[in-house]
Amino acid sequence: MKEARGATAPFRFYTRLQMTELTGRRASNLQELTDTLRGISGSSIYHHTHRFLQQHQSLSPEPPNDFAYWIAGELGEEALAERLYSLDIMRFDSIRALREAIVATIEGYVRTNPLASLKFAAEGGEFHFLKSVSFIMPTRYEARDLREFADILSRITVDSIYYHVFESRLRLEKGKNDFSKWFEECLGDRELAALVERLDPYTQTLEDLRRNLLRGIERSL
Amino acid sequence: MPLIEDYAPIIGQSVIDDIRLLSERLRGRTVKNVNSTAVGGGVAEILNRMVPLLRQMGIEASWDVIKGGDAFFAVTKKIHNALHGGAETLTAQDKEIFMETSRANIEAVDTGAEIMFIHDPQPMGLVAKKRDNKWIWRCHVDVSRPEPGTWDFLMGFIGGYDASVFSAPQFSRELPLRQFQITPSIDPLSDKNRDLEPERIASVMEKYSIPRDKPVVTQISRFDRLKDPLGVIEAWRLVKKYIDCRLVLAGGGAADDPEGMQVYAEVMERAKGDPDLHVLLMKQNDLEVNALQRGSDIIIQKSLKEGFGLTVSEALWKGKPVVASAVGGIPLQVTHKHSGLLCRSVEGAAFALKQLLNSPDYARTLGANGREHVRRNFLLTRHLKDYMLLFLALYHGEDLVNI
Repeated sequence: MKEARGATAPFRFYTRLQMTELTGRRASNLQELTDTLRGISGSSIYHHTHRFLQQHQSLSPEPPNDFAYWIAGELGEEALAERLYSLDIMRFDSIRALREAIVATIEGYVRTNPLASLKFAAEGGEFHFLKSVSFIMPTRYEARDLREFADILSRITVDSIYYHVFESRLRLEKGKNDFSKWFEECLGDRELAALVERLDPYTQTLEDLRRNLLRGIERSL
Repeated sequence: MPLIEDYAPIIGQSVIDDIRLLSERLRGRTVKNVNSTAVGGGVAEILNRMVPLLRQMGIEASWDVIKGGDAFFAVTKKIHNALHGGAETLTAQDKEIFMETSRANIEAVDTGAEIMFIHDPQPMGLVAKKRDNKWIWRCHVDVSRPEPGTWDFLMGFIGGYDASVFSAPQFSRELPLRQFQITPSIDPLSDKNRDLEPERIASVMEKYSIPRDKPVVTQISRFDRLKDPLGVIEAWRLVKKYIDCRLVLAGGGAADDPEGMQVYAEVMERAKGDPDLHVLLMKQNDLEVNALQRGSDIIIQKSLKEGFGLTVSEALWKGKPVVASAVGGIPLQVTHKHSGLLCRSVEGAAFALKQLLNSPDYARTLGANGREHVRRNFLLTRHLKDYMLLFLALYHGEDLVNI
């Protein structure tokens, strides 16, 4: 077995455990939805664009976007839902930017389809705003080279993968996922860093993401 | 009682490792749960399994049950129905009965734990004894459209708590305290849910004289109007015009539910003389409930209201196809046409039953998807993790917490 190159600094794996906080706020039409979207906490925007990825791991690839799901299912506006589904979350590096894009998409659609603003959800079908509260903890796993990294990656929870890939990049506004950062900065492996950055994590299950990450690393070893 | 490690083959060792990591942040904390019944109903069932697990995690967890007479439980049943949207409001005398029993329990229950965890409305009044410790109100019922007078009465207590917990988003409303969503859970290692040998299943079906000569549709629920047992019979009769099958209605009563026997009598009257309709008033027997679920071809849960509807997760965990009302927490457990079929009426339930009875392959696929969904989201270990996070959240107000 080829010896893996050592890193200039080890990679500490963290995990994050999440709970859902209820805001008590709800919307029954597009106007109420956008009004609330403008003022609600970033943790709520984050929740509704990432929740599905965590809870329905066997269903994915599914649109990980509660707003789109509700707009299609309750208001019957499939075309708007599709625009929201297909928002490329990877191109946003902050929740603020993502929030603005969601609001602009809905408002743009309503301008050209004014009848959409007259639709109301049936009683009991309102959109309920929730938010994610995340607890971040260091695990006991630390990798000093790529081989150790792969070994740990194959065993850690999907919560840990989730933290380093999604939460750290967008919610903590680090710009890129933690794995790519370490590959580039501590292993000097730009190719692997770029390859991992190109994996769109929003269109695969977390287990598929793990498999794809491991496949990319194996090629680099 | 199982050890946390016993769950590793089901949920994976790495998930257990995370739970242990989390528990280190809470070691030695004292947490007291208080509810109104030690047996019967979902709350007691969860606490029976949860409290020992919390203790295994190094948390000093305990559980007390408040005391109350028939008059108190008649009032709390009224509160339960009113929270579920019933029209009947509380009278001044009802409120006095509630307060009087609450005062007696305030005297009797030690509330000195660092975290007091109060379940449902019955023990809510204990919060009057709050000192500088943390108090959580865990609401297990559907309060999406409560009767306003009753809700106002309870608001007098809710304001005293530090946090509240609901089972589904639609139960929340703007409140002057933090609210968390925590779904309940089932224990895959309990007698009610563990794997059973085919012989054991057969012997229970035989004991209750349920031949398996034709498909068996079953609803497991206590005899309660909100579980709509009469609606289930009506739906089954619509199905039976086309497909020969049996119906089993099985359940017991909870110590805090005085209305149960009356509903049971109505069901018996409606079932009279039909050899394919099996109405079973059972004593608490988890193994037998497990066997009845496993011995059935389809599980129905046609509730009019639900706090969560754990019987749905129980059925899904056994890989059974499920027809269930889209109420309370049921849509969180059943994604329509993926992990079961949702319905909103007697006719809708009958149609869904016919679909499943006529398409066994489809029914099997729904059951398998449902089991996986429960494995990931509705097992006791996920619930344990959520409770520990809730306890930590009492001491951290932010959305991103480094611990």
